[in-house]
Amino acid sequence: MLAKRIIACLDVRDGQVVKGVKFEGLRAAGDPAELARRYDAEGIDEVVILDVTATLEARQARAHTIRAVARELFLPLCVGGGIRTEDDAAAAIEAGADKVSLNSAALADPTLITRLAERYGSQAVVVAIDARGDGDRWTAYTRSGSASAARDVVEWAREAAARGAGEILLTSMDRDGTKSGFDCALTAAVSDALAIPVIASGGAGEFAHFAEVFRAGRADAALAASIFHFNTHGVAELKQFLHGQGIPVRL
Amino acid sequence: MSVALVDYGAGNLTSVRKALAAVGAEVYTPAGPADLTRARGVIVPGVGHFGSTRTLDQAWRHAILERLDHNRPLLGICVGLQWLFAGSAEAPDVPGFGVCQGLCGRLPDIEPATGARQKVPHVGWNTLALPRWSRLFAGIADGSHVYFTHSYAAPLARGTVATSTYGIEFTAAVEEGLVSGVQFHPEKSGQVGLQVLRNWLTEVT
Repeated sequence: MLAKRIIACLDVRDGQVVKGVKFEGLRAAGDPAELARRYDAEGIDEVVILDVTATLEARQARAHTIRAVARELFLPLCVGGGIRTEDDAAAAIEAGADKVSLNSAALADPTLITRLAERYGSQAVVVAIDARGDGDRWTAYTRSGSASAARDVVEWAREAAARGAGEILLTSMDRDGTKSGFDCALTAAVSDALAIPVIASGGAGEFAHFAEVFRAGRADAALAASIFHFNTHGVAELKQFLHGQGIPVRL
Repeated sequence: MSVALVDYGAGNLTSVRKALAAVGAEVYTPAGPADLTRARGVIVPGVGHFGSTRTLDQAWRHAILERLDHNRPLLGICVGLQWLFAGSAEAPDVPGFGVCQGLCGRLPDIEPATGARQKVPHVGWNTLALPRWSRLFAGIADGSHVYFTHSYAAPLARGTVATSTYGIEFTAAVEEGLVSGVQFHPEKSGQVGLQVLRNWLTEVT
């Protein structure tokens, strides 16, 4: 049976994981490669590097981080943040990313999705959508959530899929950082509209939130950062919990 | 132990190359069919569309057959496994290598048992059923998870040594003499995937 995926997000700036990390026994707490290894040992299904470095040297620095993480990681690795051009995507993929995640660049020029899907296959192209709700509708935001793209989220997700995206990484800006649970209504609305997988993100605070987003949100995968960073055995315990709830996971 | 990783333009080979290196293989990318003669084993990888295997023309097929005649094993990965069959509904005009019988077809978007809609492509970790002993899965437990990403799948065949189920049961791995294939991505399937590659490499001597 196809398992629901648990994905760890590493928010990286200048080669270091920037969200709080309290793993014991790590030589360098913020080292992305070491953190990825730790997650791998705990049974994470996939790793996302969200590189928030915003300098001119960003692409080179990003390639270095990707190479370091990919070296010993034999799981799917997705890289996002600052992928603006086909060259940015090519550099990330050549450094060892299996997938690139496009956000603002795809909104600004949706043909980028198709060009990358034709070059690397749809499985390598993830479109990330930052969504903010207003009643039962959601609007896509751009530039790290700082500006409205004036696009309906479900409609934009449909267009992204039609243009060749292989997966949607859907973040609820309303829930992000609140630890109050994923936005299941948002996730279900997008997941039901698409034939490609939807990764839910934003709001994970406790294990029960993952069960909710897999059931009510009909998510194919769920992504979190800090809930794992602060738990020594977070991923393994989460998977045991979900298994106990009857949700298929890779143990 | 020189393994030829055939680059016919079907996607990015960085991960496959890295995983093969991690299990001790010396990998090269042949410049053309003539460059296959030094290969102790041949890998046909692939992500994406079956139509891309059109590049594997008669010259490539002859070169691969010549290696098989010299007892050098062949491994197909993902589209590379589908290519081992007669062909695929994804590109009906492109013939497969034809070592295994049957045509690859699109995965169903309705789960037959429940009538529920299911997403295609099939993306993520699914379980393997191992109906009998095989070289590829020596030391690997029935029910192990491996990583898939595909919309088309191969039917069950005489050489099927692993199956997985997504709406229908399909061939997750075949062994037919010196020819093997896996539908999943061993380079993305953690320790289980590395063990599959290690097991295949024991044939490459």
